[in-house]
Formats: sequence, C-alpha cells, structure tokens
Amino acid sequence: MTARAMALAGVLLAALLAAPLVADSYVLSVLTTVLWFAYVGQAWNVMMGFSGLLSLGHALYVGLGAYASAALFVHFGIGPWLGLFVGVALAAAAGAFIGFLGFRFGVRGVHFALLTIAFAEVARIGFDHIGWLGGSGGLFLPVGGSDPLNLRGAPVLFYYVILALVLLAFALAKVLLHSRLGYQWLAIREDAEAAEAVGVDLFRARIKAVVVSAALTALGGVFQAFYFNNLFPEQVFSMGRSIEIILPAIVGGIGTLFGPILGAFILTPMGEALTGAIGALGIDLPGLKQLFYGAALVAIIVFRPEGVWPWLSRRLKLVRGPQ
Amino acid sequence: MTALLEVEGLSKRFRGLRAVSNVGFAVPKGGIVALIGPNGAGKTTTFNLIAGVFPPNEGSVRLDGRPITGLKPHQVCAAGIGRTFQIVKPFGDLTVEENVVVGALARERSVDTARRIARGVLERLGLAEQSFRPARSLTLPDRKRLEVARALATRPTLLLLDEVLAGLRPTEVDRMVEVLRDLNRREGLTILMIEHVMRAVMALSDHVVVLDHGEKIAEGTPADVTADPRVIESYLGAESL
Repeated sequence: MTARAMALAGVLLAALLAAPLVADSYVLSVLTTVLWFAYVGQAWNVMMGFSGLLSLGHALYVGLGAYASAALFVHFGIGPWLGLFVGVALAAAAGAFIGFLGFRFGVRGVHFALLTIAFAEVARIGFDHIGWLGGSGGLFLPVGGSDPLNLRGAPVLFYYVILALVLLAFALAKVLLHSRLGYQWLAIREDAEAAEAVGVDLFRARIKAVVVSAALTALGGVFQAFYFNNLFPEQVFSMGRSIEIILPAIVGGIGTLFGPILGAFILTPMGEALTGAIGALGIDLPGLKQLFYGAALVAIIVFRPEGVWPWLSRRLKLVRGPQ
Repeated sequence: MTALLEVEGLSKRFRGLRAVSNVGFAVPKGGIVALIGPNGAGKTTTFNLIAGVFPPNEGSVRLDGRPITGLKPHQVCAAGIGRTFQIVKPFGDLTVEENVVVGALARERSVDTARRIARGVLERLGLAEQSFRPARSLTLPDRKRLEVARALATRPTLLLLDEVLAGLRPTEVDRMVEVLRDLNRREGLTILMIEHVMRAVMALSDHVVVLDHGEKIAEGTPADVTADPRVIESYLGAESL
C-alpha cells in the first residue's frame, strides 16, 4: 500500500468511527447493514477468494451462529460473549464436515458449490421443525434494557460492534494471506495440481479454509440474532441470503482484502436508495432490491469481472507496481 | 554408485490401455538420467507414477531405499522429489517470487526465510528481474525457468524435469543446460529428465532410458543408445540414419 492509500484508509476509518455523531437512526441502520455484509463478505472471501472454493450456502454458518447464541440466551440466559463460542464451534464443525465430504470424495467446483447449497437447504427445512428453536414460527429474543455485556442496547452499540468485527476480519484476513497457509491457499486457487507437487496438502489446507470461513461467518450470525432479535429459518438459511453474502466480494473484487468492504458500500446503499426513491413515488415493488442486485451483478461481470477494487485502486494510485 | 531412485516393474493401465508396462530403471545418486522416447511412449505417465499423481497398477518406486509407491504428491515432495510440468502450471495471478515462495514453504515454516530462499533460486535461474511480475505475464522460456525455480525451492534431492527445454531457442537451451549442470556438480542434485532436445541429452546425461509404447526398449550411455538400431527406428526416425 502506498502512503496515499494509508492516508485514505485513515480518513475513511475516522469517518466511520465518527459516523454515529452525525448520522440519524436510519443512516446508522443502513451503515450497520453495510458493515454486516462487509464482514460476512470478508469471511466468504477466505474460501472463494483465497482458496478458490465456491460456497453458495454460507447462510448455513450465519444461521448456526445465530441460533446457537440466541437459544442459549433465550433458554439459559447465557450471554452472547459465551454463546458465540458455541455458535462458532458448531459452524466450524459443520464446515469441516462439508469440507470432509467434498474433499475426501473428490467433489469439486460446481458440485462442491451444490453440496454447500444442499446443507444450507437441509438446515432451512430442518430448523422449521425444531420446536425448541421456535420452528417456523421464529425464535425471539427479549428486547429492551441496556446491558452491553449481553449485547442489549441502542443501535449505536451494534454499530460499533460490527465495525470492530469488520476491522478484526480484515486484520485476520491480511495476516492469514501473508502466512504460510495463505500462500498455500493461493497456490491451490491458482493450480491445485501444481500446489500439490510443491508439497501442499490439499485436503488439510482446504479444510482449514472452510473452517476459518465458517467460524468467522458464524460470528456474523451471532451479531444478526442480537441485532434483529428474531430468527426465522426461512430467512436466516435462505438461498437468497447466501447469494447476498457473496455479492459484496464479487462486486468489490474476489480475493482482495478491500473488495468485500467496497462491494458492501456500493451495493447496500444503492439498494436502499433505490427502494427509498421508488417508495417515495408511491410505487410498491416487492423484490426490487433483488432485481437491482441482479443487475449490479450482470454489470460487474460484463464490465469489471475482477471487481471494482482492483480497478479503483489502480485509478486512485493506491497500489504500486505494474498490477 | 548407489541408486537414489529405484523404479521396478512399474505398470499403469488407463481403461485397458497400457500406458506403462513393466518399466524399471535406477537413477544413481548425483547422476543425470534422461528418459527419452517418441510421443505417447509413457514418459510423462512414468513421471506421474513416481510423483504420486496416481498409483501404479503394479511395481514399486523407492527413493533412497525408502518405498514411496502410492504416496500422495505432497508426500512425495516432502520425501525429496521436486518436479516440473510439461505443460507449465504457473500460479498465474501470483508474482514470480510468490510462486517460488510457495515452493520454498514446502520445507520452511517462516515466510521470510522462504522469501530469502526464493530470491536465491530466482537469482540463480536468471529470473530475479521478473520477481514482481505476475507469473502469467511471463514468456514461455521464462515460464519454463519458473517451473524449475519453483521445484528447486522445495529443496529436492531428486529433480524430475518434464521437457523443460522444449520450445526454447538454442541460446536459451544452453543457458538452462549450464544451470542444471551447475546444480548437479556443485550441489550434487540428482536429475531425471524427460527430454526431446537430443543435444541437451547428450551434453547433460550420463545414462539414457528409452521408452516406446510404454515399455523400456533400451538403456545405456547416450552414445550407446543413439547407436542402437531399435532406438533409431522407433524414436530418432529414418531421417537420422
């Protein structure tokens, strides 16, 4: 990164830290959503962007984190700071299992992606029938009071929590990318056969990618449960949610550290603005946001298949070298 | 001389097609052995069997006396065999240096140390100036060099080279030959190479194994082998007579 990039990142971070001072509750909620997608997008990127493993079922890990922490809180009064460990462990175990099935039996590419969808769908339908978790009627968290230790509080609390998570995920992704494991992931993404020939244990490295990605994603689920205070399998585990999770990274730039963040900042506000504008005209168009996301995806694939970040960083001279 | 690599009775069939049958040979420690033969003779299949890409139907491979038959490619690498691919397989979006760092990480935990090793190897192969270019932007000769660099960075005791000279201009061939001879003499690196460029085979190897239709039809010194009528007929072709 150039000095210019550092300065720009510093200014943006300061703006995000100061945002609650000036933003009204609506803007703050939009920013919170943006950051949530930036966070889970970063988590998804560890699989697809770093290791070349396409997951189309990340809603599964969100849901496991969300339901585990919510159920512990609702039924046993165990706070999210403990519950998150259970959620993360469950998601990591689920990821390891899916990875084991996929990589042990040579399920690759598109078929691996289908496998991830299948597990998310099984969870969606299965959780509908688990009465202890509210079933299809939903699981509701008690609302009210201010108890930051149990993640109960004003929207601004959630804003800072998700901002911290975004920074944490970014830092972790950066460290991983420059580690031995990170190099092995990139090698596998580029050419698995060549990676194997230089000593990379494909099975282990891939499993690690899924586990890291799933665990991080589950933290996003814990946040979601305590932010929205309600969970419905139809929403939490939906295919649509899985797609929404992958869009920021695709739009921003798969495999880049800033891509998922940039993508979330492009997609969510534009989707919100569009919905708001159409609503202001008195027209009710359900599904408009999805239509917009679809159009954005097409535009990116046609015009910037590498995503916006690689192009933008070159234009703004934020990176050195011929790339 | 003791054998570093011993291949015995190696056979591989693909859906009934006998790609390699009952092939055996040895590569002495510190030697350079060439594997030659016409297209489809089973040379690359033999390499893949040694490197663990797929297991043989019959036969065994031993490295330094230790059986490595049926090991996975990453385990074969850990055992001490580095390889290049005939159809080059660079990590295209990574820089040249990063490609070689991945190789060095086979035996190194620390990324910094791996980077130092990578720089040394790149220097040696004349790729240092390209270090920070994406590998996909390299010319074919440079990609071939990168294949060798990446394999060398894993610090193998045996290097398998699959046609690293094919497609290079004569001056580039000479340069690569020089590098390989230097590695062999100064560091005692043992080399098994598949090669079509006979000039290089003659210049480098002390022993040649000839395959045809999956079988070994001759072996011996370069001079012996190129004088063998069977070899001339099957491989070198009538025009060489």
